[in-house]
Amino acid sequence: MGTTAVVERPAPGGMAKARRRRVVGLGILLAVLVVAAALSLAVGARALSPAEVWHGLFGAPTSDQRLTEIRLIVETVRVPRTVLAIVAGIALGIGGALIQGYTRNPIADTGLLGVNTGASFAVVSVIAVFGFSNPFQYVWFAFLGAAVAGVVVFGLATIGRGAGNPLTLALAGQGITVFLMAMTTAVALSNQASLNALRFWNAGSVAGVGFDVIRPVTVFVAVGVVLALTTLPSLNLLNLGDDVARGLGVNIALSRTVGITAITLLAGAATAACGPIAFLGLMVAHVARYLTGPDYRWLVPYAGLLGAVVLLVCDMVGRLVVRPGELDAGVVVALLGAPFFAVLVWRGKFRSA
Amino acid sequence: MNVTDVKPSLPPGVRLGRVSFVWRPWLVSVSLLLAAAAFLVFCVSIGVGDFPIGLPQVIRTLLGRGEQVDEFVIMDLRMPRALAGLVVGIALGVSGAITQSIARNPLASPDVLGITSGASAVAVFLVTVSGGAAAAVVDTVGLSVAALAGGLTTGLLVYFLAWRRGIDGFRLILIGISVSAVMEALTTWLLVTADIRDVAQAQAWLVGSLDDRSWGEVEVALWGTLVLLVVVAAVAFQFKPMHFGDEVAAGLGVRYTAVRAVLLLCAVLLAGVAVSAAGPVPFVALVAPQVAMRLARCPTPPMVASGLVGALLLIGSDLLARAVLPVSLPVGVVTAAIGGPFLVYLLVRANLR
Repeated sequence: MGTTAVVERPAPGGMAKARRRRVVGLGILLAVLVVAAALSLAVGARALSPAEVWHGLFGAPTSDQRLTEIRLIVETVRVPRTVLAIVAGIALGIGGALIQGYTRNPIADTGLLGVNTGASFAVVSVIAVFGFSNPFQYVWFAFLGAAVAGVVVFGLATIGRGAGNPLTLALAGQGITVFLMAMTTAVALSNQASLNALRFWNAGSVAGVGFDVIRPVTVFVAVGVVLALTTLPSLNLLNLGDDVARGLGVNIALSRTVGITAITLLAGAATAACGPIAFLGLMVAHVARYLTGPDYRWLVPYAGLLGAVVLLVCDMVGRLVVRPGELDAGVVVALLGAPFFAVLVWRGKFRSA
Repeated sequence: MNVTDVKPSLPPGVRLGRVSFVWRPWLVSVSLLLAAAAFLVFCVSIGVGDFPIGLPQVIRTLLGRGEQVDEFVIMDLRMPRALAGLVVGIALGVSGAITQSIARNPLASPDVLGITSGASAVAVFLVTVSGGAAAAVVDTVGLSVAALAGGLTTGLLVYFLAWRRGIDGFRLILIGISVSAVMEALTTWLLVTADIRDVAQAQAWLVGSLDDRSWGEVEVALWGTLVLLVVVAAVAFQFKPMHFGDEVAAGLGVRYTAVRAVLLLCAVLLAGVAVSAAGPVPFVALVAPQVAMRLARCPTPPMVASGLVGALLLIGSDLLARAVLPVSLPVGVVTAAIGGPFLVYLLVRANLR
């Protein structure tokens, strides 16, 4: 079950052309990301003009009541959620592409390692036990739960002969996910406060988290991204099959461990800060593969940028459609992304092997 | 020795008229053992309750030679619940075996095809949007029937959306994932905006339960499952090569598409019937075929054994929830709590051998 798409054989000189096309594509994606980020600062319950956003970001403090208010909105609401959407989007996009590569399973999602349910379980448990109510209090436990679940799943999948068998990882992940989900439900059904927190947490949102949370999350994501980038060449070889990769001098166990660590860091940090945002990583990885082909050195950066763009846009849409209320980004990702994804699937853009 | 003398060692085949199959003694003995175990747990489950009945008496009563009190307790009070467990377990197990075989992916369960998420979305909608039309729907047709309709509609929607000059397993899964994502997003949204008292009721429904089954509900599920199983058996026996992939199947003729369509439709209907009887009991359809496969040492999920493992898992979990656990939990929580770790245990054990 490879995840490689059909590779067209380039004409002489086509290699350079394909490379140029990918670099240009990357540039376009970056530009789109910048535009989306700028829009995200301007759009919301109160629409701001570019000049107002500029003042909010860089303007000197004034005694003008209106400008001070704008500064407050930009600084404490718009900037944090824009930054978090970018960070979490990159993390989930790269995490999704990596896990599909390491499990060689084209329908794998970062949720597969149990990180989402690990985080959910930790959240409902600490709320039930300690009565926490503030995201800042339970975000650490969410990250801890995600990390522990990821480590346990990966540990179980590497015991004995099946070490590195992609199917083992997928099934171990499902087994643990299933178990943690049941435990989460059991706690939530017996504790009203947990149930209440769980339903908001489960929706997945980039709003309402401050820089006290975003800063450490960004550090974890950065480490995850660096680890991910170092492992890409060997991931390419791994997708030729374990034997070929070993023959070409890849340390398979090391590469897998680094890769899974990166996935756990990325998905765990994003989930801790935003709640589980389902489907984003899976969808973005497929779109990236369609755009770049099977080379993970290109696919992964594309997936990261796409993830950030999609999450930013979905968060913005969520702010606009049900004003004055808001729709959580995770809900919008599914409502907008899924039909788009389905159309691409139907038109035969994606292949499993 | 001449090369032509060497014959590949094939397992012995059995041919009865148009029906032929490979004789696998291990598979047959495992299936028989599973059937015996399922019957035993079924009887124990009937015996357990506020008015305990011994195992011999249960069996005597089932054979129609019991005392009148036992007969009343068993046939009128306990039988519907136990039968519901049996039927739902078998239906989910077989449904999972079919979808996993056709998609050639162990993560493909009826949940992926959107049945569970569609049924859940409809049920949550009816529970949380109180008054008016929603209340009228619940009053006239009942929550489980409305949910069944929602589940089947979603399943068929996935099927028709994935249809493009035939059904491709991978396309089906991807479309299923995206439609499920939409349904889950709608459910999450409904839960976020709903009153917390309704949420608890909806959440309990989302887990799946065997509480308070009536003969009427069970009879529908029983006959539905029986008819569907007959169809599955007739079709599956005539056409074995569904595991071998699209190219092989295409080489074997066009009827392949029709056969696969019928089998998939049966899988959708079986899962729908199960949902109507017990709510969306999670994970049985995913776990049972994988467990059966490993117990029977088959390369693909065996249908009969998968159904029996499903029944064992469901009745056993229900028994555990009623007789052992200190708090009353819906059966879905228990199936997940048992099924998940058991799957992991089987994986680890297989890897250590």
